[in-house]
Amino acid sequence: MIAETGHFALVLALAVALAQVILPQIGAYRRDARLMTVGEPAALAQFLLVLLAFGALTVSFVTSDFSVYAVAQHSHSAKPLLYKITGVWGNHEGSMLLWILILTGFGAAVAAFGRQLPATLRARVLSVQALIGLAFIGFILFTSNPFTRLDPAPIEGGGLNPLLQDPALAFHPPFLYAGYVGFSMAFSFAIAALLEGKVDPGWARWVRPWTLAAWASLTLGISMGSWWAYYELGWGGWWFWDPVENASLMPWLVGTALLHSAIVVEKRGALKSWTVLLAIFAFSLSLVGTFLVRSGVLTSVHAFAVDPERGLVILGILAFFIGGALSLYAWRAPSLKGGGLFAPVSRESALVMNNLFLAAATVSVFIGTLYPLALDALTGEKISVGPPFFNATFVPIVLPLLLLVPLGPLLAWKRSDIYPVMQRLFFAAGAAFVLGLVVAAFQEDGPWFAPLGMALALWLFLGAFADIAYRIRLGRTPMQDALRRLKHLPRPVWGSTLAHAGVGIMVAGIVGITAWRAETVAVMKDGDTLSIGGYDITLMQVGAYDGPNFRSEKGEFLVVRGKREVARLHAEKRFYPVQAMPTSEVGIYTTGFADLYVVLGDRRGEEAWTVRAYINPMAPWIWFGTGVMVLGGLISLSDRRYRLGVPFARRKAPSGAAA
Amino acid sequence: MTRKQRRASLIGAGLVILGLAAALVLTALQDNIVFFYSPSDIAERGAEPGERLRLGGLVAEDSVVRGEGTDVRFDVTDFAETITVTYDGQLPDLFREGQGVVTEGVLRPDGIFAADTVLAKHDENYMPPEVSDALKRSGNWQGEGATKSHAETYGEGSYP
Repeated sequence: MIAETGHFALVLALAVALAQVILPQIGAYRRDARLMTVGEPAALAQFLLVLLAFGALTVSFVTSDFSVYAVAQHSHSAKPLLYKITGVWGNHEGSMLLWILILTGFGAAVAAFGRQLPATLRARVLSVQALIGLAFIGFILFTSNPFTRLDPAPIEGGGLNPLLQDPALAFHPPFLYAGYVGFSMAFSFAIAALLEGKVDPGWARWVRPWTLAAWASLTLGISMGSWWAYYELGWGGWWFWDPVENASLMPWLVGTALLHSAIVVEKRGALKSWTVLLAIFAFSLSLVGTFLVRSGVLTSVHAFAVDPERGLVILGILAFFIGGALSLYAWRAPSLKGGGLFAPVSRESALVMNNLFLAAATVSVFIGTLYPLALDALTGEKISVGPPFFNATFVPIVLPLLLLVPLGPLLAWKRSDIYPVMQRLFFAAGAAFVLGLVVAAFQEDGPWFAPLGMALALWLFLGAFADIAYRIRLGRTPMQDALRRLKHLPRPVWGSTLAHAGVGIMVAGIVGITAWRAETVAVMKDGDTLSIGGYDITLMQVGAYDGPNFRSEKGEFLVVRGKREVARLHAEKRFYPVQAMPTSEVGIYTTGFADLYVVLGDRRGEEAWTVRAYINPMAPWIWFGTGVMVLGGLISLSDRRYRLGVPFARRKAPSGAAA
Repeated sequence: MTRKQRRASLIGAGLVILGLAAALVLTALQDNIVFFYSPSDIAERGAEPGERLRLGGLVAEDSVVRGEGTDVRFDVTDFAETITVTYDGQLPDLFREGQGVVTEGVLRPDGIFAADTVLAKHDENYMPPEVSDALKRSGNWQGEGATKSHAETYGEGSYP
């Protein structure tokens, strides 16, 4: 019954979505208030129905109802409860249902909090949002219905890929999807604005918080995925330029550009049609990402089921939305009036540069990701485009952007002067220069780029705070006055400062692990010792134990530094009999400035094991930096101005609630 | 500056950046692409000395020889041709005789493939598509997936 309820709710949601597409749109066209108001209850109902369906699927997973197709394929009664729940989105059908749940959630948020929006704009946004919902609910119902019953029901399920049975990865998809799907809001607003033929600062004030919420979720989702890859795959790497990673990086890059260009629309009324185009591209690339990952054209842990029919349907949906949006853009964009002149040296120009570099970086990732697929489809030639390609393209494109980041917030709108800005950054530049010299003097055999990279990181970090130092008149006014000013700084200033400082921290981590990583491999018996980076690692013993759904061989390592025990690390080799699949659990000891990373490899003979150990300098800073970036985004989101749209001023920010 | 000049300077800056990016991408595409070869391809066409390439096929039965430390040597075959591969390092969890494998490295003048990367798979039943295509071309494809449920093929992947 439960599965049927879910199935029925999903069919109802499809019908509601259809009504929500048509009626408010006609209403907005005819200025008919009655038809336009259909949008809000419909959006709420659509969300509740999808929530009901999602709840029904979750109950089926938790109770291990193997007569339900998705449960039988992807769950197992011996799995821990956490992974039964997260297993709901650990498969193709369930993850698409989660995608729609978040999509309708955003639609419902517009209905609930969007009363301040002009009626026609709101009706059109809800209509476009419902059109996306209609396409994807239809996709689920007709090609990948999770509620299909199996008769006879199997006694036991197929189980969840052991690599996915991990706490960080369990919550990686919801955040990633909230980011992907969050850009649907910017998309819907962009299409609605094109239909209205009007983009004004008020429009940007609405689009920005949604984009910011989506951006923060996506940042968190990507960094969780990267962190997982680091500690679970046992290779000690944090980013592989794997196509599925690129699929999430592309919307992030365009979303970051959108975030910045929307500021120009909001404050200066310029760059309108460019911002609308970015909004369309951010969501289009999210759809491309969904297509790449879900269609099976890429082989990876994310490609749950290789089914050409599904791939074709998603490709069709993709072509419809991207093609439709771009045609509409070509038709209507010339009617958007530009405004706000600005000089070549100004905040606007800096943001344009930011957009150009981010767009160029996106293009390089796009080509590197899709060229092998296109070549295979057209000529049958198999190639792989790996890290060397991206190091040779993405890195040189992003470097000048990073160098310019501290300048942007210090430039004045409209017309600015470069010299006072450089003066304010004098301290940051000097400190970065000194750090570069120190690193160059003290590093023993690191590569040439390490001192430059570390200097860049410090330049970004200190440069981010130069804006605050200037605003509170640090050093030019008594300390007490500066502190008083500090207290009254608007939150978006803190937000952008932290986000930019987070980039600096992340860059330090990336440069550190890339430049100074050390690796050693040895075959070890009990009592053997391996030395790396000043640590002596002794294999104490390897013992076997049984987990809830796996068998494990667990090695205990004693880590000694300068005759003092600093840690006991445990590295495991697990075997999941349901999937007949081994995985590694890595032992990590971190000082905050470096990780010691130990992997238990395969068995050599009766008593010996291959053991790999890495020193990953600065590695934790990568994820600490992205965390600070997310924090910056959230602080910006909590700004009061974004609450203006809420009827009751003291309620939480709308986008905060939706994220 | 007039409005027109300002606009022209912005568009100019944009074109310069995009042009540089395009130039970077094109040169990188020329230098940094790795082609996939099956053992038959290598026997047929050979390979440039020092050219990085990917070699894929099945790990031949009874061919894995472990040497000193982490040295290992095995044969990769598509049943038509066989190439010996040497590798120094830890093999992925799912490396096994009779299973599909993709290795990356250079072909030495003596015909032995010196691999520096052996790609991991994510699933016992997984066959990298390059390998299955190579087997199909050499006429040794045993078929896969036809009798398998989703549960068995679930989670296929080749994370590098």
